[in-house]
Amino acid sequence: MIKFDQVGKLYPGGFEALKKVSFEIAKGELVFITGHSGAGKSTLLKLVAALERPTAGTVLIGNQNVSKLRPAAIPYLRCKFGMVFQDHKLLYDRNVYDNVALPLSINGIVGQEAGKRIRAALDKVGLLPKEKAMPVTLSGGEQQRLAIARAVVSRPAILVADEPTGNLDETYAAEIMSLFLAFHQVGVTIFIATHDTQAATASGGRVLHLDHGVLQ
Amino acid sequence: MIALWFSQHRQALNQVVSRLWRNRLATLMMLGVMGTALSLPALLYVMVDNLNRFAGGIQSEPQISLFLALDAKPDAIKALDERLHQQPGIRSYRFVPRDEAWQNLRQNSGLGDITGGLEQNPLPDAYVILPASGTPEAVEQMQREMQQWPGVAHAQLDAAWVKRLYSLVELGKKAVAVLAGLLGFALLAIIGNTIRLQILTQRDEIEVSALIGATGRFIRRPFLYAGGLYGFGGGLAAWLLLWGVVGLFNLSIADLARLYASDFRLQLPGWQAALLLVGGAVGLGWLGAWWSASRALSGIDPL
Repeated sequence: MIKFDQVGKLYPGGFEALKKVSFEIAKGELVFITGHSGAGKSTLLKLVAALERPTAGTVLIGNQNVSKLRPAAIPYLRCKFGMVFQDHKLLYDRNVYDNVALPLSINGIVGQEAGKRIRAALDKVGLLPKEKAMPVTLSGGEQQRLAIARAVVSRPAILVADEPTGNLDETYAAEIMSLFLAFHQVGVTIFIATHDTQAATASGGRVLHLDHGVLQ
Repeated sequence: MIALWFSQHRQALNQVVSRLWRNRLATLMMLGVMGTALSLPALLYVMVDNLNRFAGGIQSEPQISLFLALDAKPDAIKALDERLHQQPGIRSYRFVPRDEAWQNLRQNSGLGDITGGLEQNPLPDAYVILPASGTPEAVEQMQREMQQWPGVAHAQLDAAWVKRLYSLVELGKKAVAVLAGLLGFALLAIIGNTIRLQILTQRDEIEVSALIGATGRFIRRPFLYAGGLYGFGGGLAAWLLLWGVVGLFNLSIADLARLYASDFRLQLPGWQAALLLVGGAVGLGWLGAWWSASRALSGIDPL
């Protein structure tokens, strides 16, 4: 499903975030990427979700070479992913319901069909009673769950999360992690970057470890 | 696929209309500014158009007066009559004998006292000619020709001012074009800047949308609709302003025209001009939005 071959990422200014990274993720797999902060986890996730292009090697997503795609084709690739960002990237000018509606409206799904899907996604993460609430009134854990609802509402085949439990205490973190595991059990491919090696190992998924941009 | 396309467009339009409605006051101000900017060249156009119509109304009026020599013999008059008969480009001509002219002058001009002091008729025989073709150049050409005819003492064209009026109208048309061009550019800049500010306030939304797979077209669409709607509203506002101003002017023009026993009124141009005004404004709005959105969005997508 996703294949990295000798992938390198050199940022302008000379910082080499990734060096010759090669790995493969099969459909339906649960994969963790761990490492200290600055090891290149976020960069790796951005390459996986076609948010950035590699400067060396090839990234294949569903047999499509990201480097060779026209810029206009990239959005269609991104639509296949559910992204959960480290800083949530929620929209604070609209309520919970409308935040989840955004990916659907991008795909042209509005009205009743959208309403059904949005409520289903909110129900899955336990935020259905708060659909009218504004994101600022939610706790950190709830905001993270909202971000997950937004990521899964368009039923992506791959869920990519960058430090989803980073800023949460243990109870919340365990809650979030079990949510991801639930999605994994229904066949969704999951790719999570985390510094919490212990939780990663405990979940039973494959663990990739990055150290200064090199895969161990 | 087509249903999706329609749904996306309707969605963008709904979003824009509700946003404009939420900022009613700002929207209204914006439309006022654009309406004013657009109404200026439109108003000038109405003036020039009406002047043109006015000049067109008196276009058939220019006439050539041929004054014969005072001692013209009946033979010479007959020869001239023959020549006028054969001359192309003449709608009609009329012989005015010197006695008739003398009588007319004494009766109608209010100069009875002065003419009474004259012992004999100082007027020559004359022809009054109405040319068929109305263009000032052709009439002038004919006048110059007739001046050369034997027996003609003086050929007078009493329509030189029509030519001046025409030149004035030509100048006016150019002024309309220049003003429309300049204010059109101003409109482009105003709308472009407004859209740019809107993009800045919605930067988060645009960024997140791009990250989760919105195409550039999807992101740009609501802004293009906003630009088009601004243009549409501005065009309508300009037409309303024009309508009001012309109505106001006509109040005074009616009084003035009555003094000259004329029923002249300023006329609004037809629906084609209205369509052109509103359509042009929509086009400018769309273009300004596209320009602004393309510039702003190119800096937002992380790829």
